[in-house]
Amino acid sequence: MSLLEIEDLSVTFTTADGDVNAVNGVTFNIDKGETLAIVGESGSGKSQTAFAAMGLLAKNGRASGIARFDGKDLLSMSQREFNKIRSKDMAMIFQDPMTSLNPYLRVSEQMAEVLMLHQGISKSKAVKEAVRLLDAVRIPDAATRVTMYPHEFSGGMRQRIMIAMSLLCQPRLLIADEPTTALDVTVQAQIMQVLADVRQDFGTAVILITHDLGIVAGFCDRTLVMYGGQIMEEGPTDNIFADPAHPYTSGLLKAVPRLDKDEATLATIAGEPPDMSHLPPGCPFSPRCAQILDNCRAQRPALETTGQRRRACHLPVKEVA
Amino acid sequence: MTPLLSVRNLSVTFDVRRPGSWPWTPSLKLHAVSEVSFDIQPGECLGIVGESGSGKSTIARAVVGTIPSSGGNIFFEDHDLANMDTRQRRVHRRDVQMIFQDPLAALNPRMTVGEIIAEPLITHEPNTPRKEVKARVGELMERVGLLPNLINRYPHEFSGGQCQRIGIARALILRPKLIICDEPVSALDVSVQAQVINLLMELRRDMGLSMIFIAHDLSVVKHISDRVLVLYLGRVMETAESHKLTTAPEHPYSQALISSVPIPDPVLERARPRPILEGELPSPLRPPSGCVFRTRCSKVQPDCAQARPALENVSDRHFVACPYHEAQQVLAVSG
Amino acid sequence: MFPNRAAVEGVGDAMELAEVQGRSLWADARTRFFRNKAAVASLIMLGFVAAFALFGGFIAQYENDYVNFSLIGSNAYLGVPSLETGHYFGTDSNGRDLFARTVQGTGISLMVGIVGALVAVIVGTLYGATAGYYGGRIDGLMMRIVDVLMSIPFMFVLILMLVIFGRSIFMLFLGIGLISWLDMARIARGQTLTIKNKEFVEVAVATGVHPAKIILRHIVPNLLGIVIVYATLLVPNMIIFESFISFLGLGVQEPATSLGALINEGSRTMQFGYHWQIAFPLFFFVITIFAFFFVGDGLRDALDPKDR
Repeated sequence: MSLLEIEDLSVTFTTADGDVNAVNGVTFNIDKGETLAIVGESGSGKSQTAFAAMGLLAKNGRASGIARFDGKDLLSMSQREFNKIRSKDMAMIFQDPMTSLNPYLRVSEQMAEVLMLHQGISKSKAVKEAVRLLDAVRIPDAATRVTMYPHEFSGGMRQRIMIAMSLLCQPRLLIADEPTTALDVTVQAQIMQVLADVRQDFGTAVILITHDLGIVAGFCDRTLVMYGGQIMEEGPTDNIFADPAHPYTSGLLKAVPRLDKDEATLATIAGEPPDMSHLPPGCPFSPRCAQILDNCRAQRPALETTGQRRRACHLPVKEVA
Repeated sequence: MTPLLSVRNLSVTFDVRRPGSWPWTPSLKLHAVSEVSFDIQPGECLGIVGESGSGKSTIARAVVGTIPSSGGNIFFEDHDLANMDTRQRRVHRRDVQMIFQDPLAALNPRMTVGEIIAEPLITHEPNTPRKEVKARVGELMERVGLLPNLINRYPHEFSGGQCQRIGIARALILRPKLIICDEPVSALDVSVQAQVINLLMELRRDMGLSMIFIAHDLSVVKHISDRVLVLYLGRVMETAESHKLTTAPEHPYSQALISSVPIPDPVLERARPRPILEGELPSPLRPPSGCVFRTRCSKVQPDCAQARPALENVSDRHFVACPYHEAQQVLAVSG
Repeated sequence: MFPNRAAVEGVGDAMELAEVQGRSLWADARTRFFRNKAAVASLIMLGFVAAFALFGGFIAQYENDYVNFSLIGSNAYLGVPSLETGHYFGTDSNGRDLFARTVQGTGISLMVGIVGALVAVIVGTLYGATAGYYGGRIDGLMMRIVDVLMSIPFMFVLILMLVIFGRSIFMLFLGIGLISWLDMARIARGQTLTIKNKEFVEVAVATGVHPAKIILRHIVPNLLGIVIVYATLLVPNMIIFESFISFLGLGVQEPATSLGALINEGSRTMQFGYHWQIAFPLFFFVITIFAFFFVGDGLRDALDPKDR
């Protein structure tokens, strides 16, 4: 049994202009200790999938389908039951650490609160454990700095504090939503190293949600590519990058400028990111696909499995450019 | 050849008041940019790369003239822009234009696209007949890939990529000689980024523009620029031709930067040595003495704290600010 | 979907595409406003009041200063509102037709409110935007002037002015104009500080647009949302302020009248049972004030800066 099972998950938002399908029938699993990347641009639904699994959807959002953690159904859980799982078994870190940390509480208080709530230990023990974790994420002088306020730390440091906080109860699954997007590239490298160490030391499974193909290549075992709320393809990272089986993945890889290549022009994907309230009934990528077939717009391609890979595309694999 | 733009020892200092201090206590000085020098030849694209606090946006604004400089010269075709009065400066504004990071925020939400693009033209050539203004606006909209019949639409009716194109059209309508792009693609989706990057390169080629391209993403900067300038805490660390900088960087910071950039190739990523740059950025209010990078440098020596290293000319148009510089191939570049 | 360049060129050659009309932010706000039922109802109400003030004079049977001496003293019987006598609202204690007086009073009150609001909007916005845009010492000086003027107790100054120079509509407008722009200047300045840091203002500076044009073209239109909302809330405040002055007996001079003055008179005869003399002016007063408040609220929701 996988650690997290998502089956035919859909997320719909009710807005003043009608219902919007942010996520439309998404299926995937993650096993213990694995690292999975969910790659997509704006409108892909990658973040909303994670929010649905964590029970963090906005008030006007509804999730349907199946989401199971360790066999327990997540979508039908009450907030109380969810609070027991959150942080203890499943933890999430977000893009902007400043808004995720309470600016009015000291770091020691915020971290101790989590431990005291879930493990019922005393405050002094909780703070000791917090310091231990801050050391693990390499915050210098953790013992003295733990009593400082979040705004006294730099962006990279705050992100590490977030990672440390999420690890307090040794969760088995960590979901990181664009954890390094707001950070400098050298700090990003530091944080990705911290995550790699965490994964090695604690055996935590990590779902990394990002649009940055570079960090995916350096960190994740498997990659899932989403577009317009649906899965385009999935497979081991090495295979996906070496041999993309979907025009979107292939287009994305060619559109990214690479430091190790001298290219004259970048091959682009035509068009604009999808308007989630007006998607074609078939493949959401069809309006922009350079290799579109006649039935792509009308008929949604099914997700087909071939060995370790899955893809949703009408075009035969061999013909993908 | 005389450079189009010649920046010499440019400094920009801000006064920072400590909160809660008395009005008469002298404020702290934030040296956002400290004695930066570089040249741009006509038709060349210089990339400026650096992380937070490097001062790259500040340099852009000083050259464009939206913030005053605190020292040094900015020679644009022999006119010193830094030490001109407002009226003289206005004359040169049409030659130096800027494209901003947040495409939507750079457009006045109450003006139509046509009005936005036409504004520079109407400001500098107020006697242009309306028909001609409209014709030129339409022509530019097509040139940047927008349908001219959308001329009466408002910015919020466009996507991010289209808004950026509007910004580019506005910057080009006066046929400037130099365009400064401040993180023009950072706020865009990857697939749209490539479109805008290609557009900028095409326009540059067709119109013979010179460009300063500022970004934190080294991959993008290297792709579009002829030469790259690496900034750290407001000071130049290294300037070199882009391919050379990527394959054989000399300054320890450049080497660390290049090692940190992730490459979308799993095999390569695993094989690459990835020395992590430890430590934190020092506070710009209290920069380290001597070489500002010494607190995080792997090659630091005792005398690095003594004096600020001068910019050494290593080879043809390749400058390094480090006495212990040593070319090191951190990455193999093909293609 | 945006087509690639080849397609654009093809289309351009093939036909002249008709220009698409843009949907401005004002149009969006208008749509939002008209979805707000309370606000629309209040707007209609205000329209009714304005029509009453403008055209009521044509329906009135009597002039507003015509005194029917025969009615004095027998108000309780002959002065009641009735359709036959033509005194639709009855008469006041001096025998004048209350309908005609109410029409006039409503007109004057509305005018006072609107003029006050207009002065505030024009003078206050330009003053505040200029101070905010230039910043530094100019801003400091300009806002200190506002601070000083604000700290003067205007009620007393106005009353003093009215007593010394005599009561006239002109004096009233002058006095109200002097006060109303101060708050608006502060508000406009505060908003300007936010707007001037936006990138499109920086672009305008970089392009070389003249500061006056930047203020008028870039800053003021983006201020208007807040300014309009505040102005619609200012109108009822001006009306109330004027009513208070009239209530004190210092407002417009007879035979001109305002709602405040009418209410003042009506309140004095209430004890004799001539309730209509206060009821009608009070009714118009209250619905006008409420309507302006609701419209102001509706405008604020419609122009909510959160959506920008």
